[in-house]
Amino acid sequence: MSLLEVRNLSRHFGSLVAVNGVTMTVEPGELRAIIGPNGAGKTTFFNMITGFFPPTAGRIVFDGEDITGFQPARRVWRGIARTFQVTEVFPELSVRDNLRIAIEVASGYRLRPFLKRDAQTEVKARVADLLEISNLAPMADRRVGELSHGDQRATEIMMALALKPKLLLLDEPTAGMGDQETYDITQLVRKLHRDQKLTIILIEHDMRVVFHLAERVMVLAQGAVLADGTPAEIAANEAVQTAYLGQAA
Amino acid sequence: MPLDRRAADAVVWLLLLTMPFWLNWIGGYTALGTRVVVLALAAMSLNFLLGFTGVLSFGHAAYFGLGVYGLGLTIKYLVPSSLAGMALGVIAGTLAAMILGMLIVRLRGIYFAMVTIAFGQVFYFIAYRWNDVTGGDDGLSGWRRLPVDLGFARIDILNSDSALYYWSLFWFAVAVAIMAALLHSPFGRTLLAIRENERRARFLGIPIDRHIWLSWVISCGFVSLSGTLYALLNNFADPHDLRWDQSGDFVIMAVLGGMRNFWGPLIGAAIYVVLQDYISSQTENWMSFIGLLFVLVVMFFPRGLLGMLRRRAAP
Amino acid sequence: MTQLILFNVFNGLIIGAFYALMALGLSLILNLSGVINFAHGGFLGIGAYLAFTLMPFVGFWGALILAPLATALLGIVVERVLINRLYGRDPLYSLLLTFGLAYILEDGTRYVWGPSTLPFSVPTWMLSPLSNEFFFLTGYRLFMVMLVIVVVAALFLLLGYTRLGMRIRAGTLDLETVSVLGVNVRILRNLNFGLGIFLAGLAGVLAAGMLGLQPTMGSTLIMPSFVAIIIGGLGSLPGTLLGGLLIGAASGITVVFWPSASEAVIYVLMGLVLLVRPRGLLGEEGRF
Repeated sequence: MSLLEVRNLSRHFGSLVAVNGVTMTVEPGELRAIIGPNGAGKTTFFNMITGFFPPTAGRIVFDGEDITGFQPARRVWRGIARTFQVTEVFPELSVRDNLRIAIEVASGYRLRPFLKRDAQTEVKARVADLLEISNLAPMADRRVGELSHGDQRATEIMMALALKPKLLLLDEPTAGMGDQETYDITQLVRKLHRDQKLTIILIEHDMRVVFHLAERVMVLAQGAVLADGTPAEIAANEAVQTAYLGQAA
Repeated sequence: MPLDRRAADAVVWLLLLTMPFWLNWIGGYTALGTRVVVLALAAMSLNFLLGFTGVLSFGHAAYFGLGVYGLGLTIKYLVPSSLAGMALGVIAGTLAAMILGMLIVRLRGIYFAMVTIAFGQVFYFIAYRWNDVTGGDDGLSGWRRLPVDLGFARIDILNSDSALYYWSLFWFAVAVAIMAALLHSPFGRTLLAIRENERRARFLGIPIDRHIWLSWVISCGFVSLSGTLYALLNNFADPHDLRWDQSGDFVIMAVLGGMRNFWGPLIGAAIYVVLQDYISSQTENWMSFIGLLFVLVVMFFPRGLLGMLRRRAAP
Repeated sequence: MTQLILFNVFNGLIIGAFYALMALGLSLILNLSGVINFAHGGFLGIGAYLAFTLMPFVGFWGALILAPLATALLGIVVERVLINRLYGRDPLYSLLLTFGLAYILEDGTRYVWGPSTLPFSVPTWMLSPLSNEFFFLTGYRLFMVMLVIVVVAALFLLLGYTRLGMRIRAGTLDLETVSVLGVNVRILRNLNFGLGIFLAGLAGVLAAGMLGLQPTMGSTLIMPSFVAIIIGGLGSLPGTLLGGLLIGAASGITVVFWPSASEAVIYVLMGLVLLVRPRGLLGEEGRF
């Protein structure tokens, strides 16, 4: 069974058609990239999957359940986590607290006025785990707001991971980063995919990252699917080259 | 818990516990100290929502006033007992907050502020117009606080100013301890998360509206507790306690002291109460000076006193 | 009975028109600058008292024009010196600042003109009823309604057809784009604030003719204008107008059946509107 099945998904903003009848299936364990020129509807597509706003038409089936009308929080509980194009963290709190909040919410403790000792220990251990995986341990007690762009992004990805998602959506994880930071984040995503067998969909502009990471690539242009295939197929596709890669090169 | 914060807590509690002994010596009086403690509780309760959930309420006077009137009406018409009055006052304020909260939790920012202010006025007009019961514009008088009988001990808050002070401080301590514990719990951290970044919090799976509603009810509940203490202190219920200007006073106390700091509103309330007491004894036009204080705080100390101190301390 | 209800509804609508006038000024400022101007009532009071002081020299009609203009000038100065520094910051601060200003303005009028109620005389012909049948329709009430209609029409013409008005409307929708297009946003907001305060001043003169002069007049009149804005929907001027008329009519009808609830009823109405339509009657989704 596919993990995610999107059928004929559309979104209109007034007379503007941002996404137009997109269909996509993602298998468990896959790492899929979505590329396309600016304004192709990539982020709008993400926003509908995560429940930021409802689609105008179409259905979203996740893990065998129709989630089209679900609130964002409920989708998270079902196992969909995301990061944003502009990093969204809790800037005044420490890295540790950022992760701790995510873990506590994911463990169902969000309404607890206190935690038993063993639950506290368990949360602490998971925080340490996530800090370890992401190499954020040295700055664990610094406010996230004062960290570098790359470390903030890493914090955000680890918060999403803390939710133990079945599906992770990353919206341009390397946007606005230098070469070293881009490399680090790419390695991190790869590690998560390989070691945790995490299903990931990512929107990306940097073709190096896309071809390095993705097993399949979907190309959106003007809200519709232009092509869908392996990186090699996409690279060879003429329509894609004219619409997108041609411009970039 | 870091050492300096524990030290700060100790200093605050020590000062509060000994206040009746040194306040007269520096020119104050015990009832003024009680006023500080009671209004500080109101400002700290408001700050639970304002500073630690990031929700801008400008209508807390309504729930404060429900506490005031709840206590006064209970003692005057129902049961001659200070404790029963406090219980009913808190229940009235909390229930009203629960119901109105459901109407407003979906709103944000200035819209939330405006609606909370406006809704608060309902209770003002009820108190103002329902003359036969509430005394209308003249306020609710003709009743007095009563000594508290606990069965094993009797606390004479009626005749002893310091008994009333410690009675108020006791409830202050209970409320403040609960709020502090909540803020250091998983639930409290979800509130900080909402304050810091609502979008992120929502996509971590926190149902924002429900958590804001809870924070709002907790905050209003403790504000109504402080309202009942305020009524005990004054032996009087004033419709002005319900009015929107009173809400503004609570907000300025929180901001003046520093709303990102747990003790900030206490400092703010102390400064505000003492200043108001002094200025209104000196001039009829104290309102202008209080207004000026608002303007100065906003223009020059937006982070409040503790916020400034911390900033200076940090390199 | 029918006549009584008719009288009160009509009366309510007149009051409603007055609230609308005041609320439109608030709304203008709120929409373009994101500031809830708590001091609006204070400015209203200033307008009323200035008219009182000016009237011996320039007469009723002169005061009707000059007092709001002078108030607007004061508003422009206040915006320039204080409020414009708070744009883009947490709305908490502009709320607190205008809150403090409200205290200062109210206390200032008390200091200058004294705490007791002062009479405000309007031309005598306005005081008599127009006909026996419609005994409630005094010339002053009719004049108020006419004036509000003229002013509101002028306001909507200004916003719809002048350069300044179009810029204000465009800025309300998308301030960033407007500033990129070369409009000086600082000046735009400044003038817009002045326009809003002009309406407050005018409402003040009208209120003085109706209720007399009291330093607290502003702080008692501001809450209904808040309610008018919320009912009509934040961000919509026609909504504000509608909201003002609705609360006027609602409290007019309530006076007949349950006089002491006539103030509280508008808040109940607000609760109902929020329950059914959280963004207000004509408000747009997601603006606030």
